[in-house]
Amino acid sequence: METKILNALKWSGLGFLEPLIKLIQGKEKDKNIRLVLRQIVVPVLSVFIFLGVCNFGASYLYNKERDIKIEKTRSVQGDAAAAQMAECIDSSDLSCKPNSLPSPADVKQGAISLWNDHKMISEKKSAFKEKTAAINKQRKEQGLKAITYTGRPSFVDQIITSLKTVFAGFLLAAFFAIPVGIVLGLSETLRSSINWIIQILKPVSPVVWLLLVSMVVKTVMANSDSDKAFIISFISVGFCSMWATLVNTTMGVSSVNPDYINVSKVLRLSVFSNIFKVILPASIPMIFTGLRITLSVAWMVLIAIELLAQSPGLGSFVWEEFQNGANDSNAKIIVAMFVIGFIGFMLDRVMMFIQKLISFEAK
Amino acid sequence: METVTAKKTMLECVNLKKAYPTPKGDFVVLEDFQLKIKEEEFISIIGHSGCGKSTLLTMIAGLNDITEGNIIVDANRIQGAGPDRAVVFQSPSLFPWMTAMENVMIGVKQVFAHGTKKQREDICKYYLDKVGLGDSFHQRASSLSQGMQQRVGIARAFALKPKVLLLDEPFGMLDSMTRVELQDVLIDVWAKEKITAVMVTHDVDEAILLSDRVIMMTGGPYAKVGDVAHIEIERPRHRKTTIEDPRFYEYRQYLLNFLDH
Ligand SMILES: Nc1ncnc2c1ncn2[C@@H]1O[C@H](COP(=O)(O)OP(=O)(O)O)[C@@H](O)[C@H]1O
Ligand SMILES: [Mg+2]
Repeated sequence: METKILNALKWSGLGFLEPLIKLIQGKEKDKNIRLVLRQIVVPVLSVFIFLGVCNFGASYLYNKERDIKIEKTRSVQGDAAAAQMAECIDSSDLSCKPNSLPSPADVKQGAISLWNDHKMISEKKSAFKEKTAAINKQRKEQGLKAITYTGRPSFVDQIITSLKTVFAGFLLAAFFAIPVGIVLGLSETLRSSINWIIQILKPVSPVVWLLLVSMVVKTVMANSDSDKAFIISFISVGFCSMWATLVNTTMGVSSVNPDYINVSKVLRLSVFSNIFKVILPASIPMIFTGLRITLSVAWMVLIAIELLAQSPGLGSFVWEEFQNGANDSNAKIIVAMFVIGFIGFMLDRVMMFIQKLISFEAK
Repeated sequence: METVTAKKTMLECVNLKKAYPTPKGDFVVLEDFQLKIKEEEFISIIGHSGCGKSTLLTMIAGLNDITEGNIIVDANRIQGAGPDRAVVFQSPSLFPWMTAMENVMIGVKQVFAHGTKKQREDICKYYLDKVGLGDSFHQRASSLSQGMQQRVGIARAFALKPKVLLLDEPFGMLDSMTRVELQDVLIDVWAKEKITAVMVTHDVDEAILLSDRVIMMTGGPYAKVGDVAHIEIERPRHRKTTIEDPRFYEYRQYLLNFLDH
């Protein structure tokens, strides 16, 4: 029972709690106190230190920005206006608040306001749904398109859009790169004749891929009314991120343990059996490492691509907030930054978990 | 005492030559190599490290190209690898993502394609049982110890019912206790199946214990058969009686003498 819980913790990435549990049970006191200190207390402490440093930096920048603002007022409008400005700033009136790096408290405020905004928008949405339910039913019977909500998306909607895009891009990358990687891995001739393309295309920046993809998609889908922005961004994400999987699959397939190949030859396995029963299972660990890198690259370039393509998602959220320049915009950008980082981390964890599940290596 | 019906030749190497191309020209490992092995004969090959024993074995297996000469198995010139020449490699080379059973089954399926599923399963179980893995059919190969894995390797090879069994230092990676166990397993299974076998080994005792003939190879390059020892200790053999046989030490001395040169 106990070991089961501990195993479950380990598998879910919460293994660091193990010493705390043991300590509570009163086992191996000295060792576990040290472990708890190292694995729990010190990391928590480091979070506080991090927040402290951020706070310090933010208040330093705030004061600097304040001085600049006052000086500017003085040089343009004279001493009286400057004094008024200083008073206005110090009264924490939002209208004259200097816009600089937000403090942790500001960020927290930003997160809360984003959440409230989300609640408000979802209420609006469900109200809209109720209101249009009857009409939509009628329209459906008449063969017309349903009326959909077209209001501003909330932060959570943006997250979901981004996740959808990254998932589509990741699938595209996997479905393209794994089969191509297998073929390349099997044929030395093909590998050496195509290698130069891969080497040249691999370092191409996401921006260029985006432009290239939109050139093609714009023409191909000229007469289609599907969501072009979404298609362009997920295809670009797929292209930018697939290289790790392509290279790893090729390497994995071409470097299968020669003993396995020999066994396969002695048994005279068919080409099909050879690939699906020997070569693929043998290269699964490498392929998965590639997929893991692909997913994290996909998430990273997605933000940049959304930002550039103006397609909805976290990237465009960040860009719009930056352009917007409202007094809590900077705080919201920082909130988005942590959300992006956290989701990236979770995606990697999920991949790691799957990898552990299917790995055949001795556990 | 000669048996009445003379045994047919199962494996023959004729004027065999192997040269590996290197930047400095060909490196000739074997040249003018002759070997004739009768049906139901177990022979061992000993020789210094690097003289070309593995090269010879992989050539017979069809995993290594023949530079010149012929290898004939059961009156046919070999072409590529095939399940008629089963190989037990030094490292067990099981597919770690499969169970013990599946590892044997993948070969049995190739050889007994016509049989029913039940028949094939029975064959796998029979051989796994014979090598002492009766209760580990469904264990992942990766969770088995080295010794256990090599047992599966032996079962996999015998289950193919090959014409020739090739073993390349099959116990070389095992500790001495496990090695002794596995030698006994091999003696037992072989006594039942009597499959023509060629085993490369660097263990002189192992060679005598298992073989009818021990082939001593000269040092490379240009290695060939240097000497042959006929081991006339009666079969079926058992470790204890064989080792206690006075001839065992004569053979042993003879082989060690050859290797000392
Ligand atoms: N693929 C190869 N290319 C070139 N030389 C090789 C190759 N394989 C083996 N050799 C050389 O051939 C000789 C015989 O090797 P091997 O058959 O492995 O010897 P043994 O099994 O008797 O120790 C060695 O000198 C080795 O370096
Ligand atoms: Mg060798």
